[in-house]
Amino acid sequence: MLRTGAQIIWETLIREGVEIVFGFPGGNTIPIHDAMLEYPIRHVLGRHEQGITHMADGYARAGQKLGVALATSGPGATNMITGIATAMMDSSPILCITGQVMSRFVGYDAFQETDMTGVTLPITKHNYLVTNTHDIGRVLREAIFIARSGRPGPVLVDITKDAQQASIDWTPDDSPIQLAGYRPHPSPMPDKVEQAIQLINEAKRPVILAGHGVLLSKAMQELRMFAEKAQIPVAVTLLGIGSFPASHPLNLGMMGMHGEAWVNKAIQQADLLLAFGMRFDDRATGTTHTYAPKAKKVHIDIDLTEINKNVKVDIGLVADLKETLQAMLPHLKENNHDEWLSLINEMKGESAVRDIQNLPDNGHLYAAHVINDIWRITNGKALVVTDVGQHQMWTAQYYHHDEPYNLITSGGLGTMGFGLPAAIGAKFACPEKEVWLVAGDGGFQMTQAELSTAAQEGIKVNVAIINNGYLGMVRQWQEFFYDRRYAATPMRGPDFVKIAEAHGLLGIRVTQRSEVEAAVRKAQQTEGTVVIDFRVEKEDAVYPMVPAGASLDNMIRRPIPEASK
Amino acid sequence: MQHTLVTLVEDKPGTLNRVASLFRRRGFNIESLTVGHTDIPGVSRMTIVMDCDQESAKRLAAYLYKLINVIQVEDLTAKPMVSRDLAMIKVNTSAENRAEIMQYVEIFRAHIIDISNTSIIIEITGDEEKINGFIDVLRPLGIIEMVRTGMVAMARGATSLISNNGKLLNELISA
Ligand SMILES: Cc1ncc(C[n+]2csc(CCOP(=O)(O)OP(=O)(O)O)c2C)c(N)n1
Ligand SMILES: [Mg+2]
Repeated sequence: MLRTGAQIIWETLIREGVEIVFGFPGGNTIPIHDAMLEYPIRHVLGRHEQGITHMADGYARAGQKLGVALATSGPGATNMITGIATAMMDSSPILCITGQVMSRFVGYDAFQETDMTGVTLPITKHNYLVTNTHDIGRVLREAIFIARSGRPGPVLVDITKDAQQASIDWTPDDSPIQLAGYRPHPSPMPDKVEQAIQLINEAKRPVILAGHGVLLSKAMQELRMFAEKAQIPVAVTLLGIGSFPASHPLNLGMMGMHGEAWVNKAIQQADLLLAFGMRFDDRATGTTHTYAPKAKKVHIDIDLTEINKNVKVDIGLVADLKETLQAMLPHLKENNHDEWLSLINEMKGESAVRDIQNLPDNGHLYAAHVINDIWRITNGKALVVTDVGQHQMWTAQYYHHDEPYNLITSGGLGTMGFGLPAAIGAKFACPEKEVWLVAGDGGFQMTQAELSTAAQEGIKVNVAIINNGYLGMVRQWQEFFYDRRYAATPMRGPDFVKIAEAHGLLGIRVTQRSEVEAAVRKAQQTEGTVVIDFRVEKEDAVYPMVPAGASLDNMIRRPIPEASK
Repeated sequence: MQHTLVTLVEDKPGTLNRVASLFRRRGFNIESLTVGHTDIPGVSRMTIVMDCDQESAKRLAAYLYKLINVIQVEDLTAKPMVSRDLAMIKVNTSAENRAEIMQYVEIFRAHIIDISNTSIIIEITGDEEKINGFIDVLRPLGIIEMVRTGMVAMARGATSLISNNGKLLNELISA
């Protein structure tokens, strides 16, 4: 078959199951975009290449499938950087295709030439420069395979314009991918499994730390069976939320900087930590010098560089989590850790964290209330996407997920501006789900142009802006650690209702708790994207908080309000 | 302590860059890095010498192993191995000291590979220590310039790096 490079791109993507591409065109993608018209592909035109990259990411995380973003060379490609770095940190399988200048100009500082394989080297799982049409099919298949397999991640394929344009005699290739140095699925080593089981069966105060890896390995069922059989409580990381049902009696809740007090205490007092697909991020551990000092540690991760990276462990298992848990389950002793579980329950009791009832009753609107109400009204079933800041942590604390893949948030990179485009991408992956974005007034403004994308595509995302008039999380640090010197954090935003209206969308303003329910229901009932501007208490803080670099059980608690003392 | 890692990599554009970028990104301090072809078409071999503790050497090996283009890694430090470095040293000569230089060349089993009225180039191979010793001897005579390849290394015995597939992974994770 005679095919141009551009046609080969689309045929290969379609053969790999791609249905949607998030893109933005330019001089060096014109051949690709032109050829697209002949193929059954939905192209979503974003408003910024950061946006399309986050869309692909949100799509990948929500649908557990590959997300594809397409941008032109130079500025189009460099605009993707933040999205690529975000996907890298959170192990999200996206394929970024960038147009590149003609191969004879590569290296000559041609118009809109950027060395994209050089620039993205440390923030991609792998990348390719393709200058020959004959390589396009193979490279795309390899790229997709790499992005999806093992520990997933972003792969960038930079394709020169002449490679897109040239015609070759092409036959599609379905042979298995051959990559000499790539071993994405190491199997659990039996002796390690045995050693781990022994530790687990002997432990008196074990805690499971469930991370994103549970979701990536689709090991929710195994995790649950494991926890139930041995009666081991489960703490989750931010990205592990949903890997274990929030309402399960063995669920502890989120660990770490803004985790529940009793969770962090339980970790500090444990005699065994079972780290399942989590990487001991500093936001999850506090200082590692005093981290879980009495605990032996078993770490299961598919990425060998994670073992002994942040925390030294006693047993490291480099393997797929699902497979490993399956191998362990038959040898796992049925157990009850009654003493340990009731000790944790006591800690729960003395903790002042679930402090939503401690919020002063002064008529002000509190973010915790808003998010808790959204949780209640959506029956805890919504697919929730967040931006980054205080509202993100409140969402993690007050929206409880029983189902997996229903929280999408930028954990590792903490990328403001991630929320709206990721929510749009998520909705494309899961059109049947009710999608809510919880965003801050600051971060929302970073990518709010994508409202225009949502409007043009007729996609429905419910947007809850937690509008505190501040870059709240930074303000909180200034409040706690910088003597309340609010440098560069007060922010006067636009009228978000009018912003919505300018896009032909419904905007609603809420200033009191009594108005929350009606607004949320109105949003649910309205066709198309709706923006709710929740004017919340300006100087509220996220509690509890482990100060950066402090020990995990060294938490700042919400001061008890005067009235209730 | 000095660690010697050898690795087989796919001979593709950017592979060296990926390895070099890894050192920079993860803060590894490399003493020397050599690359060259192997007997297998499309496969190159690197020898990496690094001054670090055992922990860092393991970490580096793990990160190397994770690179898509890296086929095999092995830490030869604690294993029976041979290592060689090659140096070319250009030295000032005069009628008076030529004989003396020839004597040194003889003793160190080096070779003279170029000669002019006022200079010669000497080639020497050996382990690092031997070459360092030779340089010390020549220095008072006036070294004009010098180049060294950096170390290449190979395990003793009949094993080959490529046949070790999977072995290192086990070593790496048995902490
Ligand atoms: C792109 C980017 N720039 C800066 C930051 C640093 N930062 C983290 S949270 C935050 C404040 C976010 O403010 P807002 O979006 O209003 O959310 P809030 O914390 O008020 O809920 C900032 C500036 C970041 N995470 N990402
Ligand atoms: Mg704010």
